[in-house]
Amino acid sequence: MRIGFFPGCSLEGSSREYLESIREVAAVLGIELAEIPDWNCCGATAAHTLNHRLALALPARTLALAEQAGLDEVVVPCSACYNRLAGTRHELLHDEALRQQITDIIEMNWHGATRVLNVLEWLNRVVGELPGHVSAPFGHRVACYYGCYLTRPKALAACRRIEDPTEMDDLVRAVGAEPIRWAYKVECCGAGLSVSRTESVARLSERIVSDAVERGAEAIVVACPMCHTNLDLRRDAILAAAPPGGRSRIAGIPVLYVTQVVGLAMGVSLRPLGLHRHHVPVRLSAAPPSVAPAAAGEGEE
Amino acid sequence: MPRIGVFICHCGENIGATVDCEVVAQAAGRLPGVAHAVDYKYMCSDPGQSLIKEAIREKRLTGVVVGACSPRMHEPTFRRACAEAGLNPFLCEMANLREHCSWVHEKGEVTTQKAIDLVRMLVEKVKRNRPLTPIRVPITKRALVLGGGIAGIQAALDIANAGHKVVLVERDPSIGGHMAQLSETFPTLDCSQCILTPRMVEVAQHPDITLYTYSELESLDGFIGNFRATIRKKARSVDESLCTGCGACIQKCAQKKIPSEFNAGLGRRTAIYVPFPQAVPNKPVIDRARCTYYKSGRCKLCEKVCPTKAIRFDQEDELVTIDVGAVVVATGYDVKATSFFPEYGYGEYKDVITGLQFERLASASGPTLGEIRRPSDNEVPKKIVFIACAGSRDPAKGIHYCSKICCMYTAKHAMLYSHKVHDGEAYVFYMDIRAGGKMYEEFVRRAVEEDHVRYVRGRVSRIYPKNGKLIVKGVDTLLNSRPVEVEADLVVLATAMTAQPDAEDLAQKLKVSYDGDKFLNEAHPKLRPVEMNTAGIFVAGACQAPKDIPETVAQASGAASKVAGMFSRDELSREPVVAVVNRQPPPVWSTCVGCFLCETACAYQAIEREEIRGRDGGLIRTIAKVNESVCQGCGTCVALCRSKSIDLQGYTNEQVYAELLAL
Repeated sequence: MRIGFFPGCSLEGSSREYLESIREVAAVLGIELAEIPDWNCCGATAAHTLNHRLALALPARTLALAEQAGLDEVVVPCSACYNRLAGTRHELLHDEALRQQITDIIEMNWHGATRVLNVLEWLNRVVGELPGHVSAPFGHRVACYYGCYLTRPKALAACRRIEDPTEMDDLVRAVGAEPIRWAYKVECCGAGLSVSRTESVARLSERIVSDAVERGAEAIVVACPMCHTNLDLRRDAILAAAPPGGRSRIAGIPVLYVTQVVGLAMGVSLRPLGLHRHHVPVRLSAAPPSVAPAAAGEGEE
Repeated sequence: MPRIGVFICHCGENIGATVDCEVVAQAAGRLPGVAHAVDYKYMCSDPGQSLIKEAIREKRLTGVVVGACSPRMHEPTFRRACAEAGLNPFLCEMANLREHCSWVHEKGEVTTQKAIDLVRMLVEKVKRNRPLTPIRVPITKRALVLGGGIAGIQAALDIANAGHKVVLVERDPSIGGHMAQLSETFPTLDCSQCILTPRMVEVAQHPDITLYTYSELESLDGFIGNFRATIRKKARSVDESLCTGCGACIQKCAQKKIPSEFNAGLGRRTAIYVPFPQAVPNKPVIDRARCTYYKSGRCKLCEKVCPTKAIRFDQEDELVTIDVGAVVVATGYDVKATSFFPEYGYGEYKDVITGLQFERLASASGPTLGEIRRPSDNEVPKKIVFIACAGSRDPAKGIHYCSKICCMYTAKHAMLYSHKVHDGEAYVFYMDIRAGGKMYEEFVRRAVEEDHVRYVRGRVSRIYPKNGKLIVKGVDTLLNSRPVEVEADLVVLATAMTAQPDAEDLAQKLKVSYDGDKFLNEAHPKLRPVEMNTAGIFVAGACQAPKDIPETVAQASGAASKVAGMFSRDELSREPVVAVVNRQPPPVWSTCVGCFLCETACAYQAIEREEIRGRDGGLIRTIAKVNESVCQGCGTCVALCRSKSIDLQGYTNEQVYAELLAL
């Protein structure tokens, strides 16, 4: 099976391990990832805060290239890229005049033939096959963190229940993990403020990491490079924002990409999955604790 | 030779200011077959009608065209005038010069020309009109009421008190419906049971009401005045004539932990049970899906203890057929739609409950005997959060409509809570407060001002448990839109009011229409609010749209008075605009070939089969026949008939083509 692929900038830079683990998982599943030839920047936040047409033209060019390459579907792992590509497609399909403007700008034809998938949608299609490839079930309690872009806005959402999504939970469950029910799965991590207002990101992300730990998660699972950066790379800032007594508890919880979890369960070793690249080291015991640590005291869990 | 009279109305300035009525009348007078043409300022007034009557007599008119407003407005008026002058009323037609011409066009020659065209069309049509007589239909003076909630109870009592027989069918073991589950009712806080249960007893004791509980409508055939209903009496497994309602069987039943439907899942019941102590009839049924005997073949404890030997394990469903003249549909609503907001955790967290469950907690007959105690640990909640619009008015995730009752019952809940838990804090998250109704706004203000309920205008984004509390995260949109977090002990969701899950099946059984949300459609939203588009079927209560008790009772009484009005006559008269299958002299008999495509097309089951037999009794042919009592005159069969054997009286193909050719 062959499917289109759009890595975007972060997967070639700060989130190389996401790309590496995607390639490993695709190889095990026998899926060929066909990279869109000559793809360009999705524009991300920078373009759409400045110029609406530029924000549409950038993804439109990539989508037009995918269409030219005869790709019916493109997997877009980065949530921000996904939001821009899927959003552009949605907007142009619903506004004939705008589509004309944008195709004039990019000087290419575009018909909307190529659909855009994120990693959750893509892997959930083959979720039934996953258990067959599992050689080392990922027997840990995990907190699936969706963040904002996978669930918003509703018209583009890759998830059915936008405020309480379950798609990532379904995936990790299929490879032997135990997803917990927690309170912060779609709360904001601070996103792009990571650079300009790191302390805001630390404050928001601290709540996310703390809640996951309090409810007994051994790892946080994400599907977005931005989320990963804020929860993993900004861990020192998060610790600084945490109440003094709570720092040691939340210092060690690792943040894994969903494809790393799936890859580990498939028996791929740490290095090809890029697990050595994380800021918070991934040290998960082979045998999970038999009794789940007490969650925050609610009888309902 | 036809002698047609044309009467052009100015309708004051409505037509006269835009159309040159005098020119229209003159042009009409020149049309072939027109013997008389005149214009007048108000044709519907007494002098106007006299113009028509005099002309009919003096000019011996064979047909009349009135160029005026819409026939929906005044066709009956002008037809009555014609009849008074001795002309068959169906020889009078209206050209709509107001809605179809003057109101939608500018003043000018073209507009006048269009008016002339419209008149010319109707003149050509009326030349081909034939005298018709209204259809008479006999009436069975017995009403069927579906649903034994407050709507059905009210309708049944009103019809029976008007002196007519009523059959009331309820699918649960007792009548009473949702109202029996409520604690107090807004805006007076009188106890729901205290005002309802006497009505329930009245129904049971009324000599003219036959009550079928634990029964459902199986099918309905026939037409207005002449329906035939088949009712399935589900097996109670108890002989009602022997049972005294002593309750010994209930005490002995081995299954004691079945969630009670009446207590909205908060209490428990046995497998042989009456839903609540004040049930009517106060006779138990066996829930066969839960009963030990039906599951394992052993037990029969109830049979052993029954002093009158009333238990019947081998009882079977029984089908009863009843002839009725009218049907009142009062099948109510459902409130189980909790899935719209998974992030509120209903079903996951025991202390997130629905409004109906709160009613049971607050009710003196409820599982806590009226004390507000939360389900998880039976503690009295000190902080309670009510979430209004938990699904309503939310096209993105829930339903688009307003459930109408939630603003009021949420205010009532908060009020009852503060009356019962004096040191408690009550919060209400809301979008808008809709308190239209007599003393309704005052009631909500009372909750805020006297009972100090904290109203927060904003939505709740999430509920999650922490340290034994439920953290309710929301926003206060009135105070600089700041986020709000409340540590609650109990959360009550005002879940949306939805149609009964099988409302669609019922509508199809009754052949009545329903909307996109599966609520049943009234015939006209303003002017025919209790009738349905199928003649003889009426609607009352929340099966038509969300509504509260006063409105439900008003609609039920309205439906009952429509039924009583219909039953006050011995036969019905209706317009003869129906389809007819042509009949020819032998040897052709009819051009109908008996393909019965019309039967498939008819939405009202009006097509019957007629056998044509020779003198020797041998079958010559089976052809279609239209039951004129049932036919609604829609004309679908006419369009579909391949041999052109069906025509619509008053709108025959010949008439319609003549109109078009006149253009």
